[in-house]
Amino acid sequence: MSAVLRAQALGKRYKQRWALQNCDLDVPAGRVVGLVGPNGAGKSTLLNLASGMLTPTTGTIEVCGGRPATGPAQLAKVGFVAQDTPTYAALSIADHLRMGARLNPGWDDALARERIRRLGLDLKQRAGRLSGGQRAQLALTLGIAKRPELLILDEPVAALDPLARREFMQDLMEAVAEHELSVVLSSHLVSDVERACDYVIVLVDSRVQVAGDIDDLVACHHRLTGPRRDPDTLPAGQHVITASHTDRQTTLLVRTDTAVHDPSWSVSPLGLEDIVLAYMTRPADAVRDTRPALEVLR
Amino acid sequence: MIWLTWRQFRTQAAVVFAAVAALAATLAVTGPQLADLYRTAGSSLVDQVSSSDQSVYYAGLLIVLAVPAVIGMFWGAPLISRELETGTHYLAWNQGVTRTRWLAIKLGLGAAAAMTAAGLTSLAVSWWSSPIDRAVNGGGATDTYFPRLDPVAFAARGVVPTAHAAFAFVLGVALGLVIRRTLPAMATTLVVYAAVQISVPLWLRPYLAATDRTTVPIEPDGAPISIQEGAKQIVTHPEVPGAWVTSQQTLNAAGQPVPVPASFADCLHTESGPPTLQQFDRCLADLGALGYKQQVTYHPAGNFWALQWTETGLYLGLALALTGFCAWWIRRRLT
Repeated sequence: MSAVLRAQALGKRYKQRWALQNCDLDVPAGRVVGLVGPNGAGKSTLLNLASGMLTPTTGTIEVCGGRPATGPAQLAKVGFVAQDTPTYAALSIADHLRMGARLNPGWDDALARERIRRLGLDLKQRAGRLSGGQRAQLALTLGIAKRPELLILDEPVAALDPLARREFMQDLMEAVAEHELSVVLSSHLVSDVERACDYVIVLVDSRVQVAGDIDDLVACHHRLTGPRRDPDTLPAGQHVITASHTDRQTTLLVRTDTAVHDPSWSVSPLGLEDIVLAYMTRPADAVRDTRPALEVLR
Repeated sequence: MIWLTWRQFRTQAAVVFAAVAALAATLAVTGPQLADLYRTAGSSLVDQVSSSDQSVYYAGLLIVLAVPAVIGMFWGAPLISRELETGTHYLAWNQGVTRTRWLAIKLGLGAAAAMTAAGLTSLAVSWWSSPIDRAVNGGGATDTYFPRLDPVAFAARGVVPTAHAAFAFVLGVALGLVIRRTLPAMATTLVVYAAVQISVPLWLRPYLAATDRTTVPIEPDGAPISIQEGAKQIVTHPEVPGAWVTSQQTLNAAGQPVPVPASFADCLHTESGPPTLQQFDRCLADLGALGYKQQVTYHPAGNFWALQWTETGLYLGLALALTGFCAWWIRRRLT
């Protein structure tokens, strides 16, 4: 399986502050990857490193088999819709399409025009007069019509209202299905990711907490409820993500590749949101673990 | 990429080139009569120029001096800083064109347009002013008009404005790249460009071509003489038409450079008010009788083109160096 995005010991520092540290990733091709984490966790930094807007302070990153933005051929493989979906305010939609056609060797003009028509946008309208949702759609159109192997979207729906948000995501998913794109998109809302993605990366405090196929993650994370006991007494294959105790009862959220047979536990399944939130709220000492990237291997 | 550059640049370009065209038209209307006047009056033209033509002369000087600064501020500084400010560089640098190529085309076309605009302006103004310049170089009075070599007129004639414009444009781009915000970049561009334009004639241009030297006697009836810094310095105004005096030095009877003797200041001393003209002449005569002379270093009018081309090369070299800096910065520092 070829990797669409591969990072090794990747880190980025701005002056004194690390925006991303010790990031190891191996994202397979053909996936729709959701990058989730709280604001300021380093999501934009990771995506900007992947698009070549930033260069790493430490480690390496490879996208579609090459170092990002190293030449026209590499640029052609990756589409990037940046945060706040910037467009040229003074240029019309037609100008933007023309820019795309002039600057991208693989430009699919018919696709771009068809999308703009379907969205009901006027080609002569200036981008500066579009609504947030329309501007996001224009930026997405530019990204898709470039016909990249990988499309990266940084918080594409953050500024949109719930309706525009859903329309945008639906539209993106249709395009993905149609053009067999790999997609990496970031969001601080798990619900966006849950609806659209089949692979998730959780980034908290500049470190990757967990990354993996969503179905696998859901399959190997369980909530264990039972009489109060010390989490350290669990079998070796069961890793505690979070633990909470009352006087009589202990609730654990564990990751394990094998089934839980201990009859003293009542085992219940977890949704993606529960899992992501558990990793986000993990106690500070666990976050500072020397092996931060807890990766689910397939 | 050329199309995008043109599309983003065309409004600014149209404004400047329309202004250049308007200026050229105005000059074309009034220029021929000035040329006719020179044909009939020769160097005494300087006393016969109409007051409206005199205004055009000064306006022309100011415009050519201002064009590179305006280009640096309004074309150069916003070129990249506006993209960085609005985030559109994320869009531009993720098309199928590397950011180095993006920069090269923007800089190349912008600098070419800048040089064309400044070159046309300078050509029009130099042509219009040429009767006056020739009259001054031919011995006409210089109290109203500048010799072409004078620092004020030099930067408004010939080919140097093109190089000034190229430099100002790339300077604006570089500062916009570093400062990342349009308005501060524009202001800084103006300040830095003005500082360079003041420094070069003061400290650099005098050495860009070989100077001539002449020694003039200090006497009441010779070349006009003025004093500076409370009679500690003497300035003579030798009658070399069109010359640009770069330094002056008082020599003693043995021909050695010396400060002006204190006896001269004592001689000029009065109880109140300035010395009378008779007193001034007597003191000069006394100084001259002691053997003091004044050595004047100057660029003769014939150095004009040598200085023009050397300075053009200098500014184009600076522009190239700044271009290299921009390329380095956009690849290594904006990441």
